[in-house]
Amino acid sequence: MYDFAYHKPSSVADAVALLGDSEAKALAGGQTFIPVLKQRLNKPSAVVDLAGLGLSGITVTATTVTIGASTTHVTVANSAEVKKAIPGLANLASWIGDVAVRYRGTIGGSLANNDPAACYPSAALALGATIKTNTREIAADDFFQGMFTTALEPGEIILSASFPIPEMSAYEKFRNPASRYAMVGVFVAKTASGVRVAVTGASQGGVFRHTAFETALSANFSASALDGIATPADGLNSDIHGSAAYRAHLVGVMAKRAVAAAA
Amino acid sequence: MNAPFEGIGASVRRKEDLRFISGRGHYVDDMNRPGQLHAVMKRSDRPHAKILSIDTSAALAAPGVVAVYTGTDTAALGSIPCGWQIHNKDGSPMAEPRHPMLAEGKVRHVGDILAVVIAATKQQAKDAAELLHIDLEELPAIANVADAIAPGAPVLHDAAPGNVCYDWHIGDKAGVDAAFAAAHRVITLDLTNNRLVPNAMEPRAAIGDYDSSTGDYTLYTTSQNPHVIRLLMGAFVLGLPEHKLRVVAPDVGGGFGSKIYHYAEEAIVTWSAGKLGRAIKWTADRSESFMSDAHGRDHVSTAKMAIDKDGKFLALHVDTLCNMGAYLSTFATAVPTYLYATLLAGTYTTPVIYAEVKAVFTNTVPVDAYRGAGRPEAAFLIERLVDVVAYDTGMDRVDIRRKNFIPRDAFPYQTPVALQYDSGDYFATLEAAQKTADWAGFPARRAASAAQGKLRGIGISTYLEACGIAPSKVVGSLGARAGLYEVANIRVHPTGSVTVFTGTHSHGQGHETTMAQLVVDQLGIPLANVDVVHGDTAKIPFGMGTYGSRSLAVGGSAMVKAMDKIILKGRKIAAHLLEADVGDIEFKDGKFSVAGTDRSKSFGEIALTAYVPHNYPIEELEPGLDETAFYDPKNFTFPGGCHICEVEIDPATGIPTIVNFVAVDDVGRVVNPMIVEGQVQGGIAQGIGQALYEHAAYDAHGQLISGSFMDYTMPRADNLPNITVATENTMCTHNPLGSKGCGEVGAIGSPPAVIGAIVDALKDYGVRHLNMPASPEKIWSIIQAGRPAMAAE
Ligand SMILES: Cc1cc2nc3c(=O)[nH]c(=O)nc-3n(C[C@H](O)[C@H](O)[C@H](O)COP(=O)(O)OP(=O)(O)OC[C@H]3O[C@@H](n4cnc5c(N)ncnc54)[C@H](O)[C@@H]3O)c2cc1C
Repeated sequence: MYDFAYHKPSSVADAVALLGDSEAKALAGGQTFIPVLKQRLNKPSAVVDLAGLGLSGITVTATTVTIGASTTHVTVANSAEVKKAIPGLANLASWIGDVAVRYRGTIGGSLANNDPAACYPSAALALGATIKTNTREIAADDFFQGMFTTALEPGEIILSASFPIPEMSAYEKFRNPASRYAMVGVFVAKTASGVRVAVTGASQGGVFRHTAFETALSANFSASALDGIATPADGLNSDIHGSAAYRAHLVGVMAKRAVAAAA
Repeated sequence: MNAPFEGIGASVRRKEDLRFISGRGHYVDDMNRPGQLHAVMKRSDRPHAKILSIDTSAALAAPGVVAVYTGTDTAALGSIPCGWQIHNKDGSPMAEPRHPMLAEGKVRHVGDILAVVIAATKQQAKDAAELLHIDLEELPAIANVADAIAPGAPVLHDAAPGNVCYDWHIGDKAGVDAAFAAAHRVITLDLTNNRLVPNAMEPRAAIGDYDSSTGDYTLYTTSQNPHVIRLLMGAFVLGLPEHKLRVVAPDVGGGFGSKIYHYAEEAIVTWSAGKLGRAIKWTADRSESFMSDAHGRDHVSTAKMAIDKDGKFLALHVDTLCNMGAYLSTFATAVPTYLYATLLAGTYTTPVIYAEVKAVFTNTVPVDAYRGAGRPEAAFLIERLVDVVAYDTGMDRVDIRRKNFIPRDAFPYQTPVALQYDSGDYFATLEAAQKTADWAGFPARRAASAAQGKLRGIGISTYLEACGIAPSKVVGSLGARAGLYEVANIRVHPTGSVTVFTGTHSHGQGHETTMAQLVVDQLGIPLANVDVVHGDTAKIPFGMGTYGSRSLAVGGSAMVKAMDKIILKGRKIAAHLLEADVGDIEFKDGKFSVAGTDRSKSFGEIALTAYVPHNYPIEELEPGLDETAFYDPKNFTFPGGCHICEVEIDPATGIPTIVNFVAVDDVGRVVNPMIVEGQVQGGIAQGIGQALYEHAAYDAHGQLISGSFMDYTMPRADNLPNITVATENTMCTHNPLGSKGCGEVGAIGSPPAVIGAIVDALKDYGVRHLNMPASPEKIWSIIQAGRPAMAAE
């Protein structure tokens, strides 16, 4: 990696000030950022480590699960409260990457990065989460803006994400055999106001809502409701692990399995 | 007190593991020499390009930089040599283009080295490498073998017109043609053997060191064969005599073949050390490993089997195109010829065989031996072809194998492709594996899976391989530029403990334990009193190193010969002490005794007498107890066996899961059953990796697509089933141990069994073969194509 200054501030205000330098970058679990640095693909003037901000922790109320940005995947996966309130979310966290990734990687880093093959964006979108930053609250529908692109302004820090508790939810993932990211991941959430289905890994544009599935499932929340609803392959990823047509097929398979698991 | 059983046949724990699992192994990257500098290789990101200019001035001016060298600086040095010369069908020698340590005039693959930057720190060297101004003119590039020989293909080397390295053949063409003309049926199979990246856990590393006061060079390197590196680099590349060059290969974290070869980086750091009078260290990044460690396999073949109406094999014709990559790596040329085509009889009595092999250059990383080296390619081809013969004729896969097996009483068996098998019993391994895998109960398991909506299949391979490549005289006549003997020096110390100096090299195999067990067995001393030393040309007389599962069969046999000398000398000393005739002295259980009496001397007493020769036959016998033997085997050894794999496929996704795997191998005499089991399991893990996951994918123009673990799928623990390993052994008849080798059987025997199981699971979908890796998408596509009328899942 290139040389950079390292800061570990202990308040959000200090972190925000340090990130005021447009060349400075925030560091959370480092699972994405450190490999990028090692490959010299990024040359920050300073790295601002968020670990000292006290942003980890899970709060569950009757209606909402709020997860601090620095909370690791393994903490979410093992949380009895999350398992009870939103089992699909705990399950999603439990098979992100591998053990090392789950012990270091954080929800804030995952949402901020918005990797088109990451898992959390699908949960945030399907559950209609709200992402809280140092300046505002952003609805998931507005937050994800295409691959590796979010509504975050330069220097803006995610503090937490709040997930409304649904009636039912589940996540199913076809893992990329090499990286174990989602080649296709589908999060299904059933709430009083309807069903939301978010798909990650499949599309060149990153996470998206599958409205055809949502309509069908809102009418009849069962796997068979998805029979015959094809997912267009246009705009889906195609690589050595799977063609767009295969991914389109897998979207249906994963969605049905998620519905079956949720119900 | 009863001594614990630690000799041949004991599953003693590995002596070396404490240092490995407690982080106290000593690898090249752990070493640092006084005044050491760091080298960074500037590698080409273009597959094929003309070097117009390299401006090094800005890099040279960067902080900490001591030197920058390019191909212009090393053009007068030797070419990185190829160790085996193959001859074309017409008798002319193969094309052997220059393989420069730093690219000269052109780069020929992504990863080819354009320049080396040497600086006080690695960081400074990396920074400076970015300041090199390199002007390249891109040339059209090719990555696969078919494109390489297409008319008008871009040519990599002027010395290899049409990109052909050699066009070689073996066997009886006329005999095969005649048998085909008369046959009841000829069955054809086109298949590929996928290209693999070895991915040893420890990346390659090298430190070159130079002592200007003596003129001595030392190379510390991640090698499987330090003496071979000393010879290749010293004599052929740098012109350094052996007595001025020491090569040390300390703990090495896996090789799988990829650390056999002499690599450019070794020559670069050694040569630069001499130029600068400083030690120079280089350690590969993982991305560098992907684009510079020799890859494995990469064959495209057409195989044809002629059969009679009962399914008896009459003749085999094989046509193979193999990828050498951009340059010839050390043993690249031997792998698809003498380690492949000579194995094409497999376990069968096929009376006539003809094979043609064309090796071609492409704009890819050089390809060389990788765990199994030629034999996995042969086993995959034969075993898949036998399955396809069964499929096309409707015969049973096992029946057709039994019908064509070389009979138990036919050994030694001369194949039509040069090799003579000394021993084997293919019926025994087959029957034991079928029993353990409950072959007979498979239909019920298949039905149970079907009831769950899953497709279940079972696959079998009854493979054969050859280890301990030898004898020197024969391999020399076939083009090898080295001998293939092995060397052992047994040093008995005055109090009777023993240090073994072996020319083989252990990089995970457990030689420090297995070889010590040979000493326990033969000299009757406890395991704790034996140490095995390897990996240093200054300590070990000579050696050819470790590959081709040769260490025990060849290196262990050299130890036996050296210990025979120790015992003979010990008997002479004992005869003197016991005032008896040498002929009456017998050696057993660590004691020299006068036959038929209770008069004896312990091994320790004899050792002490040898070094404190007060009462000693000094006129006839030199003091000391230290013997060396060079052992040149009479033949290869021929392990073989039966692997059975059972898979279950999820038809909705195409994901295959291996639900059971049984291996029954014939590895000859087993010294440490636990280590054999571990070796076989590891080999099978790699075989499953090749069959289901691994693929070094290039795009058509030479960019390596799977150049990191984010895209190159390694098998992981949760991809693997419980693997049941057993042996049914026949002894090697020509080495003193009877051992054959176990390091590669797993990687050789397993891929056809895995693919056989998947094809069997898909048998209702009209598929007779599937190329590796059998990815979920490939499997799903077959299922989709097989039932277009049904609704999508
Ligand atoms: C081998 C491997 C497999 C993986 N598999 C999966 C998978 O299956 N599913 C999955 O979802 N993910 C996967 N990941 C990614 C992993 O989940 C990481 O958690 C994620 O990439 C980033 O989180 P992090 O905490 O490591 O962030 P970092 O790598 O530290 O940071 C990532 C980016 O986010 C920014 N950032 C971090 N925190 C904040 C914040 N609070 N506010 C604003 N910006 C911030 C950083 O500046 C940086 O740009 C995998 C990663 C690896 C290495």
